[in-house]
Parts: sequence; C-alpha cells; structure tokens
Amino acid sequence: MALNLSTVLPDSAVVLGARPSDWREAVRVAGEALVRSGCTTEPYTRAMVQAVEDLGPYIVIAPGIAIAHARPSEAVVRSGLSWVRLAVPVNFGHTHNDPVHLVIGLAARNPQDHLKVMSAVAGALADKKQAAALAAASKGEQIRAILAASAG
Amino acid sequence: MKVLCVCGMGFGTSIILKMNAEKALAKLDVPAEVTTSDVSTARGSAQGADLILTSAELADKLEGVAAPVEVITNFMDAAEIESALAKHLT
Repeated sequence: MALNLSTVLPDSAVVLGARPSDWREAVRVAGEALVRSGCTTEPYTRAMVQAVEDLGPYIVIAPGIAIAHARPSEAVVRSGLSWVRLAVPVNFGHTHNDPVHLVIGLAARNPQDHLKVMSAVAGALADKKQAAALAAASKGEQIRAILAASAG
Repeated sequence: MKVLCVCGMGFGTSIILKMNAEKALAKLDVPAEVTTSDVSTARGSAQGADLILTSAELADKLEGVAAPVEVITNFMDAAEIESALAKHLT
C-alpha cells in the first residue's frame, strides 16, 4: 500500500517558523494544523495538551522533537500528521531533550493507522542527513519528499 | 526475548520506540517479540515480558512491575537502545 503523504501531511498542516510562547501553545499550533487539514476537531487539540499535563513531557522523545498526540476518539475525523517547526525553541520541562524545535502532531482513528507513517517519520529523523534536510526544508512538498524517500 | 515498549497512550511514541528496538535486536542478532502498551495497562502486559523500555517520566509509574525497566532518553538513538537491550541478554 503506497503511503499517500499528500493526504496525511498536506500543506495546510505544515507550519514553518512558528513562535509559540510556551509548550502549551506549541502543542496547540500542532493541533490547529490538524484541524485545518480536516483530520481532527478542536477537542483533540485540548486532549493533546491534556496528555502532557497528565503524563508529563514524555512526548519529547528525542532531543528537540516532540510527537504531540492524544488517544483515538471521535475528535479524529481521519488519521494524519501536522508538522510545526519552531523559529524559537521552547522548553517542555523534559530532563534531557529540551528545548523543542519540532512538534509533529499525530492523529489516528485507531492505533494501527499510523504504522507506515510513523515508520517513515522515525526513519527520516534517525538518519542525520535526512534529519538535517527536514530541518532546512522551506516547503511542505520538500518534507513530504523526504518522508516518502524514507518510507522506501 | 519479549520486550514491552511503554508509552503514554500505547501508540505514537511507543511505535517509534518499538521500531528502533526491533532494529537494535536485529543488529544484536537476538530473536525477539516487541509489543507496545500504554502506561495504564503496562502492569498486566509486563507479565511474561523479559524487559520493559520506556521514557523517564513514565518509569516512575512502573515501580514494582514484573519485568526490569530500562529508561530510554532518546527514542531515536540506536546506540542507547542497543546498550539498554544488551544489558539484559541472557
């Protein structure tokens, strides 16, 4: 099954140069991008912030990178990603991986829906050259091209 | 070897950890089954696991579970995951 990144990560869900004042706002920007692309409704954005309030900043899974998400629910219309690159990094309160410069929003209708997309994201971020290219990308289509190459 | 990756919700972040754990296990040449769970069902899922991988924030919530817990700081760092796994190979 081919990975249809233009549906999963359309330009409307890509925000480059965001300037949130704190981590809650950074997560909200990722949530609003998912709403804009038609993947979620507003309650999902609140749930994404609530998840970090309840469980702590476990979503900051690597230095500088947070995967903002909440449980699958009716607030998810369809599975997809948002990509928010911050012009000014923010702290999430993580002991090792702060500050965050990239928030990837993730919405899934069910836990299985994301496997292919997350593999492409994880593969691209783990590769130094691809991670650098992602950090430097100035357009949604460049990001999609790098992720598609990583999906193989 | 049975490895359980625990994250806040059981998908999303634990999938990344699971994928990188599978790669590390393949590199270490260890046949293993890697599963994921969220923090609330981890206690039950831990029965029968040889090792649990999770993040620092969630490790506290896993006190007293049936399997040893290794904290992974950087889910993208293959070397960190490999050395955590290597400590538990029989």
